Amino acid sequence: MLDDSKKPLVSVKDLKMHFPIHAGLLRRRVGEVKAVDGVSFDVMEGETLGLVGESGCGKSTCGRAVLRLYDITSGSITIDDREIGAIPQPDLREMRPTMQMVFQDPQASLNPRMTVEDIIKEPLDEHTTGTDAEKREKVGELMDAVGLNRKFAKRYPHAFSGGQRQRIGIARALALNPKFIVCDEPIAALDVSIQAQVVNLLEDLQEQFGLTYLFISHDLSMVRHIATRVAVMYLGKIVELAPREGLYAEPLHPYTKALLSAVPEPDPSLARATERVILKGDVPSPSNPPEGCNFCTRCPSVMDICKRVEPEYREVQPGRFTACHLYNDENGTAG
Amino acid sequence: MTDISAQDQAPEAVEKTRNQWWDVWDQFRSHKGAMAGLIFLTFITLFCAFGPMVWDVDPGKLDIRNKDVRPIYVAIWDGDAKTSWARPMGTDHLGRDIMSNIMQGGRISLAVGWTAMILAILIGTFVGVLSGYFKRLDWGLMRFTDLVLSLPILPLLLVMMLLFRDPLRAAFGPETGIFLLIVAGIGITSWMQTARIVRGDVMALKEREFVLAARSIGTPPRRMITRHILPNVLSPIMVSATLGLATAIITESALSFLGLGFPSDFPTWGKILFDSVDRMTAFPERVLWPGLAISLTVLAVNYIGDGLRDALDPRIRGL
Repeated sequence: MLDDSKKPLVSVKDLKMHFPIHAGLLRRRVGEVKAVDGVSFDVMEGETLGLVGESGCGKSTCGRAVLRLYDITSGSITIDDREIGAIPQPDLREMRPTMQMVFQDPQASLNPRMTVEDIIKEPLDEHTTGTDAEKREKVGELMDAVGLNRKFAKRYPHAFSGGQRQRIGIARALALNPKFIVCDEPIAALDVSIQAQVVNLLEDLQEQFGLTYLFISHDLSMVRHIATRVAVMYLGKIVELAPREGLYAEPLHPYTKALLSAVPEPDPSLARATERVILKGDVPSPSNPPEGCNFCTRCPSVMDICKRVEPEYREVQPGRFTACHLYNDENGTAG
Repeated sequence: MTDISAQDQAPEAVEKTRNQWWDVWDQFRSHKGAMAGLIFLTFITLFCAFGPMVWDVDPGKLDIRNKDVRPIYVAIWDGDAKTSWARPMGTDHLGRDIMSNIMQGGRISLAVGWTAMILAILIGTFVGVLSGYFKRLDWGLMRFTDLVLSLPILPLLLVMMLLFRDPLRAAFGPETGIFLLIVAGIGITSWMQTARIVRGDVMALKEREFVLAARSIGTPPRRMITRHILPNVLSPIMVSATLGLATAIITESALSFLGLGFPSDFPTWGKILFDSVDRMTAFPERVLWPGLAISLTVLAVNYIGDGLRDALDPRIRGL
């Protein structure tokens, strides 16, 4: 199913991002929140990898860690054949034009004291050496590309609607001709009608500029629309990664099954026919994950081994990866 | 017809060629208090700066025969009072002209107030931004701030005066030396509140997504601070600046009162006020005029700060 000739643009191996917890009078380190705990995936050139999961499972942290907006705990990140996992922040600067980000909240991600022109021009000021007039012209082109009227360039972000603000954010991300863009729930804060516009814009831009996306979302139907492959995260780990059609047609991991069964079905007769998997209990705390499989506390098909041994994340069918003992032939005897 | 459509097209290309400072001015003008404050501050500044050129009476000249002259308006209700058109605001117990004293005192008080306030704001903003933005510096800088905050200000100033008065006088002359000493003394003992407020705001701003966005662009910390942090902490800085000016003028008055400030033949608003407190009931005007000058200046600066803060915020400006 996968085109093996395509090389991965982004390759993440065993990425860990732990945030320390300090407590007590002396602010001692008493533990850590394992927001992202050993995540591995590749993003092929030109594809869109959807990253889904419920709130607090570490999707956004994962996206930000991949761009090294955080100093990661361990793991390796290779973008465009350069390892950026461990290099210090100042040295990352020259890599920044290759990788950009579109943020979740378009209101919060734009500086309220800068005009739209200044916001979109900021990456150009940082990384290119043109005259001011050239940069302005480039800003105008970017505004055209994302469907904003050029004459609004001197306005401030608060004067725009949510969808327009998100377009400003997208224009800023595009300014340096990046290869890879992390879209961190770019549509979560928008109205449904605007969501479609923004997603279509993202798709058009992908075609036009040959972009590669890591599309983070909790909206399964939107991911189904835009993604080529989909990774499902639960409690800091990827539980399943598969091509879109396969994942939606035949989910392997019990968590994916439960997640997909929660997507509303517009056809009432079909909706009555489909079985709804309802998970019991809450997500365990990422500072104290359960022993064995992270999902063992809520899994409907839990086995003994799940509570002892952490399942290995491996390729169970061509192009389909999952971390579940149900698909381990030896059923954990190797332990 | 073609001409009309061409004219319609022209403004499409660039909506505003107007400088954004005109918008700031428009918003500022709509704040009535700020405009009143600006007018008063301009008036008092001109009065003190150029008044002595028009009213060239030596403020230090003693004229014992004309001492305790009441202001001219007292003659309206008290025909027997000792008044003189040559001394419209009256004279003090040594016969010095009060009007020229207020002009001369205003020069010093305003200069001390502004310079000390600017110094305190600069130090406070610098310390606040550094400790809010760089986690490594936070502990050290904030404990240093606590340390300065816990020092008793007046004894500290007293020691400073004793230690540095004579060397500074020798180096810069009596007036400039004392001026520098007082400005430095007030400046370095009143930056702590600003530093704390700015630190808190910077820490909150640092977690906002637009700062994260700037980091994903690769903006280095220096430009991150000047481009994203400082413009957004402008409001609290402006508020502490207006309060700081008031405190500086009042602290200078207190110092003069204690005999630690300018020499006794050197009038400042604070000193005129304190010199006159003893005979306040008999000569209320001697307290009234410098007191009014101080409080109205402080009020004017407060309103100007308020208006400026609104005018500099694009959300309030409505653009």
